[in-house]
Amino acid sequence: MRLFGHRVPLTALIGLAIIAINVVAAVGAPLIAPYDQAAVLGDAWADPTPQYVLGLDDLGRDLFSRLIYGARMSIGLAFVVTCLSFAIGIVTGFAGAVLRGWVDMLLSRIVDLLLSMPTLIFAFIVLSVLGTALPVLIVTIAILDSTKVFRLARALAMNIAALEYVEVARVRGEGLWWVIRREIFPNAVAPLVAEFGLRFSFAFLFIAALSFLGLGVQPPAADWGSMVRDYRDMINLDAMAPLYPAGAIAILTIGVNFVVDWMLAVHSRGHGEGA
Amino acid sequence: MSERRAGEDILRVEGLRVEVRTDRGPGPVLVDDVSFSLRRGEVIGLIGESGAGKSTIGLTALGYTRNGCFITGGRIDFEGRDIRQMSAAERRALRGPGVAYIAQSAAASFNPAMTLFEQICEIPVLHGVMAAAEAKTEAIRLFRELDLPEPEKFGNRYPHQVSGGQLQRAMAAMAMAARPDILVFDEPTTALDVTTQVEVLAAFRTLIREHRTAAIYITHDLAVVAQIADHIMVLRFGKMVEYGPAAQILAAPREDYTRRLVADRVAGHDFRALRTVGEPPLLRVSNVVASYRSLLRVIDDVSVEVSRGDTVAVVGESGSGKSTLARVIIGLLPRESGDIRFRGESLPPQLARRSKDQLRRIQMIYQMPDVALNPNQTLLEIIGRPVQFYFGRPRAEVRARVLELLRMMDLPEAFIARKPAELSGGQKQRVGIARALAAEPDLIICDEVTSALDQLVGEEILRLLKRLQDELGIAYLFITHDLGTVRRIANKVAVMLKGRLVAGGDTATVFAPPYHPYTELLLSSVPEMRRDWLDEVLARRGETLKAVRDAQIRLAS
Repeated sequence: MRLFGHRVPLTALIGLAIIAINVVAAVGAPLIAPYDQAAVLGDAWADPTPQYVLGLDDLGRDLFSRLIYGARMSIGLAFVVTCLSFAIGIVTGFAGAVLRGWVDMLLSRIVDLLLSMPTLIFAFIVLSVLGTALPVLIVTIAILDSTKVFRLARALAMNIAALEYVEVARVRGEGLWWVIRREIFPNAVAPLVAEFGLRFSFAFLFIAALSFLGLGVQPPAADWGSMVRDYRDMINLDAMAPLYPAGAIAILTIGVNFVVDWMLAVHSRGHGEGA
Repeated sequence: MSERRAGEDILRVEGLRVEVRTDRGPGPVLVDDVSFSLRRGEVIGLIGESGAGKSTIGLTALGYTRNGCFITGGRIDFEGRDIRQMSAAERRALRGPGVAYIAQSAAASFNPAMTLFEQICEIPVLHGVMAAAEAKTEAIRLFRELDLPEPEKFGNRYPHQVSGGQLQRAMAAMAMAARPDILVFDEPTTALDVTTQVEVLAAFRTLIREHRTAAIYITHDLAVVAQIADHIMVLRFGKMVEYGPAAQILAAPREDYTRRLVADRVAGHDFRALRTVGEPPLLRVSNVVASYRSLLRVIDDVSVEVSRGDTVAVVGESGSGKSTLARVIIGLLPRESGDIRFRGESLPPQLARRSKDQLRRIQMIYQMPDVALNPNQTLLEIIGRPVQFYFGRPRAEVRARVLELLRMMDLPEAFIARKPAELSGGQKQRVGIARALAAEPDLIICDEVTSALDQLVGEEILRLLKRLQDELGIAYLFITHDLGTVRRIANKVAVMLKGRLVAGGDTATVFAPPYHPYTELLLSSVPEMRRDWLDEVLARRGETLKAVRDAQIRLAS
């Protein structure tokens, strides 16, 4: 199979299929899910029946429906967080690379400062002080994540800014915004897109970890990380419940990484030439 | 490898064919039906423009192809054995003691973390040809033959501690270390200054003659190959155009293409402006001093004048400060002292302080069209932006102006929607010129605009620039190391040596005796087609170099 003129290997196809299924589930959750995520339908831990395919959870809610709504929350959150972190990281990284001098120095040191602290601990402190409202959660993770984007964007822009076509634009008298938007950004898109996939799966895992620890998504909203936490005791009772959200996290992470690997390979290969 | 039999073919290539294969299926044919043979002590020169398949042929002699290329036909017999039939291990054993390779960029071929001795002695020891101590003695002997300074100690240095010309010779020593039967030289002097090229060429020739090594010499410069090759093969688009004894190819080429290559080197065209203009100079650079981070003076007390319609050439070796002069005029590197007056007014040193109109009137064309054009923009955007930026024209007018410029460049109008990757090197350079013209400048600074192009393509670019000058009266400041070009295009010339101006004035005066010694050195180093040119230059060289040194001492004091 081919996509955008590139041959797609089997792993990437599997990855694309996984992402597609998850995205459909996330977007169409209210339509696909047979029941509401918060509806109590029967006894706790009722066994699977044709009506409730995966059974009911600790409060008697439909597990399958919660898994679908969980996709919506987990994927949606991770997507918003990654977009925000890229917006922050790219703008600051490019500005640092083009302006150099004290701007670059200041931004780089702030990033060093943030990177020197363990992210999970840092997120703990911020979230326990400011509370666990969704916007706080999103901004906190996005800022923490943007430090890595900053590093990449700055390095890419440094390389591009040294090329003569950027010099031509500067000599012409173009402003900073034009140089960043028209000369640098289009030439840095490919590696940034690949990085986006990678950072997305990290953000996704990070949110799952925070939710598992009780600082992420708050009940009754379903998300995969908190589902694993809520159902974890059932593993002792030989029930499958915690394995469904855990498996969903693992599969989506693998799927995204398959696609990212392929995109990185295509990018490093230039335009599909070579062996 | 074994006994040295004279007079017998050591390498015989027959019907060689190399093709590209991508994951989209078969690609272009790089080499098609090429045959030649090589005897011990014989040198064959492979000549052609980029894409002619010269390097590909050279590499097949080592049983190697670049990624994605495959030998799909013919035989390559090394001492009677077909390299194509050899196992991977046999081919590995061949490289080094059998056939060795000398690349264009020595700097990229040496490991910067190892001394030269370590890298040169590695090969014979690895192949079991010599013991370590013997390999070192051999390396010292090679250094002496190649005329390198302090042969005993030279190998203790790291690659960055020696000059470009010395490193290129060190690579020849590395290639010779395992006493190969065949040396493949792949454009080994192309990246060097003309003055250095003479020395390196002489060293290579001595090496080949003394060891009776066969050699394949790949270059795009007929004059260079004339000094060293016994036979010459002219290639174009992967096919043989002409193959014969060097003397015949140079004196009486049979094919039309060869004739054009030879003719352009011998005669050339005179592009010089003949008119004299009586108005005040357009650009007056007076006593300019500039340095990088105030550590090193790159330009010291340089004065140049350019009048309307002038073509002023700034010449010198790499490191002479000629490109820095361009950056200072443009404003990318602020001058420390001195003055630059343009149309009578003093230009601010910093780029940011110059007015839009001042920026517009001086444009620049770059050496590498590949990095001077944004690969993500169409020609409409690339050429149209200056029109929009400086003149604020509406979209439709911008487009009309871009089409007009494309026509002026002899480029098809349909190119307006193309991106740089879809153009050839010469076409890209035309786009660079169109972009400069779009600003309607008074002065265009041309920084080595033809040196990355093939000979005939570069010639067309020069012709185009001349035509534009005649039509529009633009002045050019031409930065180049190619003195052959300077003679033909410039009416004034400034010769730079280590950041200082050593000679300047009308081209006819500067390039006629009595020369400044440095001008003489530069002029005499430009390779000529005559086969005995190198010997003549070498005979006179000691004297010229001494005169240059004396002149430098005078300058410094």
